[in-house]
Amino acid sequence: MNQVNDRSRDLGPMVPQPDDDRIICRCEEITKGEIRQAVHDGMFTLTEIRRYLRTGMGLCQGQTCAKLVKGIVARELGVSPAELEPATSRAPVRPIEMRVFAKEGKGDGADE
Amino acid sequence: MKRYDLIVIGAGPSGLSAAIEAAKRGLHVAVFDENGKPGGQLFKQIHKFFGSREHKAKLRGFTIGRQLLAEADAAGVEVVLNAVVIGLYLDKEVVVRLGDEIRHYKADAIIAATGASENMVTFEGWTLPGVIGAGAAQTMMNLHGVRPGRRILMLGSGNVGLVVSFQLLQCGCEVAALVDAAPRIGGYGVHAAKVARTGVPFYLSHTIVKAEGEDHVTGVTIARVDEKFQFIPGTEKHFDVDTICLAVGLSPMSQLLKMAGCRMEDNPKKGGQVPICDSYGETSVPGIFAAGDVSGIEEASSAMIEGRIAGAAAACRLGFITREELEEASSAYRASLSQLRQGMFAPENRGKLLEKTEEGVDISMNLLQKGYLLDEEVEKYPGVTRRKGIHPVIECSQNIPCNPCQDACAKGCIQVGKKITSLPVVDGEHPCIGCGMCVASCSGQAIFLLNEDYDETSATVTLPWEFLPVPEKGARGTALGRNGEPVCEAEVLEVKTAKAFDQTRLLTMRVPKEYAMKARFFRAAESGVGA
Repeated sequence: MNQVNDRSRDLGPMVPQPDDDRIICRCEEITKGEIRQAVHDGMFTLTEIRRYLRTGMGLCQGQTCAKLVKGIVARELGVSPAELEPATSRAPVRPIEMRVFAKEGKGDGADE
Repeated sequence: MKRYDLIVIGAGPSGLSAAIEAAKRGLHVAVFDENGKPGGQLFKQIHKFFGSREHKAKLRGFTIGRQLLAEADAAGVEVVLNAVVIGLYLDKEVVVRLGDEIRHYKADAIIAATGASENMVTFEGWTLPGVIGAGAAQTMMNLHGVRPGRRILMLGSGNVGLVVSFQLLQCGCEVAALVDAAPRIGGYGVHAAKVARTGVPFYLSHTIVKAEGEDHVTGVTIARVDEKFQFIPGTEKHFDVDTICLAVGLSPMSQLLKMAGCRMEDNPKKGGQVPICDSYGETSVPGIFAAGDVSGIEEASSAMIEGRIAGAAAACRLGFITREELEEASSAYRASLSQLRQGMFAPENRGKLLEKTEEGVDISMNLLQKGYLLDEEVEKYPGVTRRKGIHPVIECSQNIPCNPCQDACAKGCIQVGKKITSLPVVDGEHPCIGCGMCVASCSGQAIFLLNEDYDETSATVTLPWEFLPVPEKGARGTALGRNGEPVCEAEVLEVKTAKAFDQTRLLTMRVPKEYAMKARFFRAAESGVGA
């Protein structure tokens, strides 16, 4: 079992850091402290963090913060960022309005 | 649902190259790009490219972009713009947003050439308006003609940071400092040198402590860092700037490939999450290929070749060409690609400190830390010689894959040789006629023409000039040294322009004889450049 999935291990108490109030995910306004706290709350994977806090779920879809969040979670867990599986990729990979997403074009498309 | 033989996602350098190779072999090809203009980053690249002639060296990025578009058009490639691919599903179904609708397409092969996105670093105040990515700065300047700010601090000394700093100077911004947490400059020495000689100070082993300002950036504080990248108290420096530009690396935009079920790896050497590909760029899903930055961060020249290989491989996968024909096409492209991956900046040398060139000459540590060669070390390099009359002085001190200077000299004065990473040698056997083609063709702006015998007391220095305003003949000002410090008075004798120079002007200035080997930039008495 790799370290990330070993949920029985003790990460110790969350020690406050001076930059805990720094915003990491701009779209959803999630701070570094919130991400660190989420790890201590038991969210060990990026998918869990995403569901718990909504990091990377906003307009830019994690384009800016995915790597930053990964780094913070990895440091908190004491593992290398490469060991953390990235969050699932799913459509739409770009932000899109619901009215467009729900509107299937008819016919052949591009060259009409 | 409309079908194609091949759908390429992304109309940048690798995507267009891939589409061209496939279409030339008879495939029905569509390229989808989310932007309003094709070409990816190429149309933001106003500098001349490195490499050799086959890599389109010495052409500016946007010229290469135009050539690729014309080639794609001639090959019958359908380029669809404002087409946002939002999903890539099983059986190569591509879901695209076109206008206010969603469209579905299918292809027998897919080439993902989706490129990369910029990395960010965080510091106090990093979300203030005025903190921008280097890519944003390029988009503003080179696509929209908007100056990103007046006074700018650049973080990141890789080629992107260096090239964009120079572009900022060209567009009339002042670059207050170029800062990098690393102990050494990451990009080409020649790119650093052309920024340093305008007077921009380099702060290596420094990074940003905080961006200052209430509702936008009004200043920045940097500080020195130790080997563990921790701030050293007491080393803080403040700059009044209105813009902070970040050039701290790129990450592959590989989400679509992951979504399609391709096997992925987290490879820090390639910049992050990349698909595992064979030597043709084919992923673990047969018929899905990746080319360019999405399969590992490199630069546009290698992305174009990767695209060509993937395009030919897709043609082979669908039976349009035989395996033998693919081998024949790809072996030439591989040779060309391996040329670009040699020298000091080869992938295997990343992060290593090299102390000598391939020729055994010491590499300048000052160049790696301050961005310029010292006066006393410049003559160690084989391109720098002293002789009677006019002659080229080539301040090329690192083994980078580039040889347009050799092709530029019709008289055979300049030799790079078979290995394109070798340092250029100035050969005294052949007489220089002072045509200046080498000065204009050097992508690194590292070639100068010297005439140390102009008259009794003065010498002339001819340098590449890519700034506005262009000084008038007879203009007086100051000659700056490689470090951007004033060295002596100078008078402009001539500013030459020619079609073959491709917008680079050749500025010839007269300086006192003893400064011929020192004066490397001109600042007009009333100019802002380098001020």
